[in-house]
Amino acid sequence: MAAENAIDPIHQFQINPLFSDHVGAVTFTNASLFMVIVVGLISLLMIVGTSSKSLVPGRLQSAAEMAYEFVASTVRSSAGHEGMRFFPFVFSLFMFVLFSNLVGLIPYTFTVTSQIIVTFAFAALVIGTVIVYGVMRHGSHFLHLFVPSGVSPVLMPFIVLIEVISFISRPISLSVRLFANMLAGHITLKVFGGFVTLMLGAGALTGIASILPLAAIVLLTAFELLVAFLQAYVFAILTCVYLNDAIHPGH
Amino acid sequence: MADEKGQTAGTQVPGGAAHEGGAFPPFDSTTFSSQLVWLAITFGALYYLMSKVALPRVANILETRQARISGDLDAATAMQGKATEAGAAYEKTLADAKARAQATAQQTRDKLAADADAKRKALEAELNTKLEAAEAQVSAMKAQAMTNVGSIAAEAASAIVAQITGKTPDAAQISAAVAATKNG
Repeated sequence: MAAENAIDPIHQFQINPLFSDHVGAVTFTNASLFMVIVVGLISLLMIVGTSSKSLVPGRLQSAAEMAYEFVASTVRSSAGHEGMRFFPFVFSLFMFVLFSNLVGLIPYTFTVTSQIIVTFAFAALVIGTVIVYGVMRHGSHFLHLFVPSGVSPVLMPFIVLIEVISFISRPISLSVRLFANMLAGHITLKVFGGFVTLMLGAGALTGIASILPLAAIVLLTAFELLVAFLQAYVFAILTCVYLNDAIHPGH
Repeated sequence: MADEKGQTAGTQVPGGAAHEGGAFPPFDSTTFSSQLVWLAITFGALYYLMSKVALPRVANILETRQARISGDLDAATAMQGKATEAGAAYEKTLADAKARAQATAQQTRDKLAADADAKRKALEAELNTKLEAAEAQVSAMKAQAMTNVGSIAAEAASAIVAQITGKTPDAAQISAAVAATKNG
């Protein structure tokens, strides 16, 4: 059983019910558990960490302030001053994705963002917000998003078609990018880990050579840390860019 | 404890199910609804906590700090202005004192110079008077001497004439001759 687990790199993405036999509509699963853990950790940082409200911040408060200022400057620079009304939304998204990615890097944990349904739900939430806010704010003027000014009438149908396709592909690219990065990273780590156990079990010579995949795991883990942060950042900044479209639809 | 039991049970039961069904776990649609429900619950809670508690608090902390820093900076600027003012006042006092000292020194110098001048003038005047008096005396004595020279010459001339001729010449003639020689 243990050997099979070590070799099977897909096993880590399995959704398991924690308190019942099968996964129903609202079953509390390992995925749910890690969602709760992620929210708990973020709250620990942002609420418990800032509870002293000290003028000279301690470590946790400093980290919380850094996260705040990092996301705030990202929102302000890519969605403008008006975009700051979406700051809590972008901040929650960024922190949720970042903490899911980081927690998932700890061995034996579950990566919430390695499930396409989760990343797609986030992407749909973002695009839904863009559409709802854009229509509420600008009405039919929001459709100017698809009609760039200064294009000759001959090219206009093609341009509009391309703009519509690009808009529709946004939620797909947004969700698949994050999901695929997390999935691929974790599978790679697991495969190299499987190599180490296989080579150790196969004999003395291969046992010594197993140091190579082990070193690869160390490097890959560092790389995955970068990817974990980068994907959260990319998700947040693209959210800001799309929200900017909703705020200023005319290109 | 319950988690561990659940995990072990989970690894066995759905693992077998996955192998039977052959579904790739992230694409297994039977888990979608549960994930979506729990995602909505947790992300909703996170959004509520962040927007109502955490972010206003952090914003407040940053604002307070900013206010404190700018307040301190303002106070420092005011203090610096005061220090500059005090420095200027000190410089001014110093310059005034210097000017006063210089004026006093100049006055004293002028007064001393005037005194010395007056004394020198008085001395010079006295000396001049004395010199004039001396000069007058000299010229008087000279005139006296010159008159004496005439009478001595007349006496000498009458004596010479008496020696040569044996006659005593007329005094008037002699003095006329002497005067003529003296003038000629």
